[in-house]
Amino acid sequence: MSAPADAVAGEVVLRLTDVVKTFPGVRALDGVQLEVRAGEVHCLLGQNGAGKSTLIKVLAGVHRPDSGELEWRGRPAAFANPQAAMRAGIATIYQELDLVEDLSVAENAFLGHEPGRLGFVRRGHTARRTRQILARLGHPEIPPGRLVRHLPAAGKQIVSMARALSHEARLIIMDEPSAVLAHDEVGNLFRIIRELTAQGIAVIYISHRLEEIREIGDRVTVLKDGRTTAANLPARDTPTRDLVARMTGRTIEYVFPDRPADAPPRPELLRVDGLTRHGEFADVSLTVRAGEIVGIAGLVGSGRSELLETIYGARRSQAGTVRMGGRTLRPGSVGAAVKAGMGMAPEERKSQALLLGEPIYRNVTLATFGRYARLGFTDAGRERAAAGRMAAALDLRPRDVRRPVRTLSGGNQQKVVVGRWLLGDTRLLLLDEPTRGVDVGARAELYQVVRELAARGVGVLLVSSEVPEVLGLADRVLVMREGRVVREAPAGDLDENTVLDLVMAGSLMEGAPA
Amino acid sequence: MTETTPTTLPAQSPPADPAGTAKARLSWWRGDGGEGAKRNLGLLATLAVLVVIGVLTRPDLYGDASWVWGNTLTILKLASVVGVVTVGMTFVIIGGGIDLSVGAIVALAGVWCTTVATQSYGAGGMIFSALTVGLAVGVVNGLLISYGRLVPFIATLAMMVAARGLAAEISDKQTQVSNNQFINGIASTDVLGIPLLVYILAAVVLAGWVLLNRTTFGRTVAVGGNPEAARLAGINVRRHTLLLYALSGLCCGIAAIMLTAQATSAQAAMANLYELDAIAAAIIGGTLLSGGRGTIIGSLLGVVIFSTITNLFAINGLSTEAQNMVKGGIIVAAVLVQQVQFGSLTQFLARNRATTT
Repeated sequence: MSAPADAVAGEVVLRLTDVVKTFPGVRALDGVQLEVRAGEVHCLLGQNGAGKSTLIKVLAGVHRPDSGELEWRGRPAAFANPQAAMRAGIATIYQELDLVEDLSVAENAFLGHEPGRLGFVRRGHTARRTRQILARLGHPEIPPGRLVRHLPAAGKQIVSMARALSHEARLIIMDEPSAVLAHDEVGNLFRIIRELTAQGIAVIYISHRLEEIREIGDRVTVLKDGRTTAANLPARDTPTRDLVARMTGRTIEYVFPDRPADAPPRPELLRVDGLTRHGEFADVSLTVRAGEIVGIAGLVGSGRSELLETIYGARRSQAGTVRMGGRTLRPGSVGAAVKAGMGMAPEERKSQALLLGEPIYRNVTLATFGRYARLGFTDAGRERAAAGRMAAALDLRPRDVRRPVRTLSGGNQQKVVVGRWLLGDTRLLLLDEPTRGVDVGARAELYQVVRELAARGVGVLLVSSEVPEVLGLADRVLVMREGRVVREAPAGDLDENTVLDLVMAGSLMEGAPA
Repeated sequence: MTETTPTTLPAQSPPADPAGTAKARLSWWRGDGGEGAKRNLGLLATLAVLVVIGVLTRPDLYGDASWVWGNTLTILKLASVVGVVTVGMTFVIIGGGIDLSVGAIVALAGVWCTTVATQSYGAGGMIFSALTVGLAVGVVNGLLISYGRLVPFIATLAMMVAARGLAAEISDKQTQVSNNQFINGIASTDVLGIPLLVYILAAVVLAGWVLLNRTTFGRTVAVGGNPEAARLAGINVRRHTLLLYALSGLCCGIAAIMLTAQATSAQAAMANLYELDAIAAAIIGGTLLSGGRGTIIGSLLGVVIFSTITNLFAINGLSTEAQNMVKGGIIVAAVLVQQVQFGSLTQFLARNRATTT
């Protein structure tokens, strides 16, 4: 490996001690320790929800920590806003690149601190300095005047880095930079990172791909549930088992309902064959039987949510078929899917599922209000009665179905969405991240509801980024990575470490010399 | 399906218990919009203030009871045509859209129904053609927006220009006089001392209220604030979008007959800027421009407030310019008040969601 061995010996530029950040209902950071030295690539590892994003935002000046110490280049620091962090020399390259598509490369690189004189931008000067920075990044061929819109993903990333360098950054934070890159471009990214660190710049590198961390990283800090569980492990020599173990073994044990003893196999409900959407997922086949809970494990970006939405008809498949009870569904038609007995609780509950300002009962009957109507006239009384019975069955709190849905907690909002489909003839429930933003107690209740539904013959297809949830709730598990199903097994045959290994294995580096 | 339902979960078909039905029938008239009702009280208070200003500035006129009654009818008559257009506009805005072409549709329908050829079919032919033209243009709007995926603002802006152009083409830029006594009589006839135009407005408002609050169609309109949620609940959002613009066009057709009757003529420039009056009235009435929230009664009060202001300036002999400035101020004030009430809460929630990643 070409990274200099003595890089770790550089001076400490950033030190976090016991940093805590809470949001209403969530303790996102709960005692984070982090030490980053000049000229090193420091990798952050953790599952979804471990607090990586929040930590980045604290460093970038987006959030201010509630307590704990942040020491930057030997002095205590508090960044009031992202501009302050930038000025101090901390640049962040977010996963979703925050570039202005319709501005030029040079304008993006110097956005917010354009070299100017008397209020006029010195365009020639800006272009010259941009060209210098691009050359330093090994990409002199990118024209400073080109619109960012016309650059490929890798080029946009170079522009983001150019912006960081235009600020004279001493620390660059990269949030999953390889996620948007093709295979050969990752090598180029690593070359640039090595050049930056050789100049004494520190890099915080976040990735789910262990192979990348081994190749580019110097030291690793692992986060779990908002805490640092291991700091400053050597990136190259720490066994994968150890890393994965530090990321799992959670402190909160979820309570999952017992699986029923061997039940007679029920008829097949859903059959998906060779379903494909280019760039999202390819050639996915799966089945769900009546009364069966099938879980899909995978990272954000593995194509799992897209798959679910395509089965439901919210996205149109490019190849493959979806069959419910033997009948092929029309692609791209939610109406057809609902008529065939599907119901979905989408990932973004508030924006995709609920009318927040409307009363609970109207949300519960959103898919079925037609059947409580006579001759096109709705009947609020009967709707309220039906929603009220559903609220009692699901133990919705508060019980008053006339209250607006926005006043409910996350768990109760999810019950409203599930209840919506229970009122209909739903035989297959698609659940996308059903417990996101739901507290621990309410989770157990939701698990109970899902298990109870399955026991009565409803098929469930569950997507979650929380591996324990998939393993604990599902009967059968499919693991997805980069748009493909890489493993299918009964939940009892898998454990958390195995699934995490599968989920995070760096297919990018497959075949590369170890 | 019943056998697959958990026993603890309720039966899925609505029960047929007579007590529940009787209770349900009682609740038929009890609205759910507590917030809307409160807003409408505020609008009534505003209206009261305007009347008080009238009393203070012209005590001589307000001393005469018969003048007051006559003036009230004048205000309502003034509100009638825009009021009908506003009902359609309210539906469109609650459904998450906007219709900039309403004034142009009124003009096109008015011109179409007063051509010599159409007038030869008599009053029935004129009414039929005005309604059909309004409906047809609305359907075109709806098709462009729902199936052509044009932004409502753009589609109806284009229609606004095109429909006025077509109206000018048909009328050859001339004023077309209506010679049909039945049509002209619509504006001059009183029934039980109240102008027929006011009855028409009342009928349209009543129909609109029932449609919005008591029908399955109205329910799908109300999800305009979150069309994605509606789509994922299996509702055919496109078809309902189409129907919304068709409804707005139909309202314009009705308004065209009323306006033609008032002027006993039609021309391409008629109903100028009605789109702005209607949008302003709907907004003052509490309709959220981003969709999902609004009431027909609120919009009606919005229109009446505007025509009361016009009337207030007229009885005091003040200029239209000053009037328009006051109207502009009222629009801003109304929206500011609503933002304080509802915006703060929703923004707070949105901010929370954005930060807890």
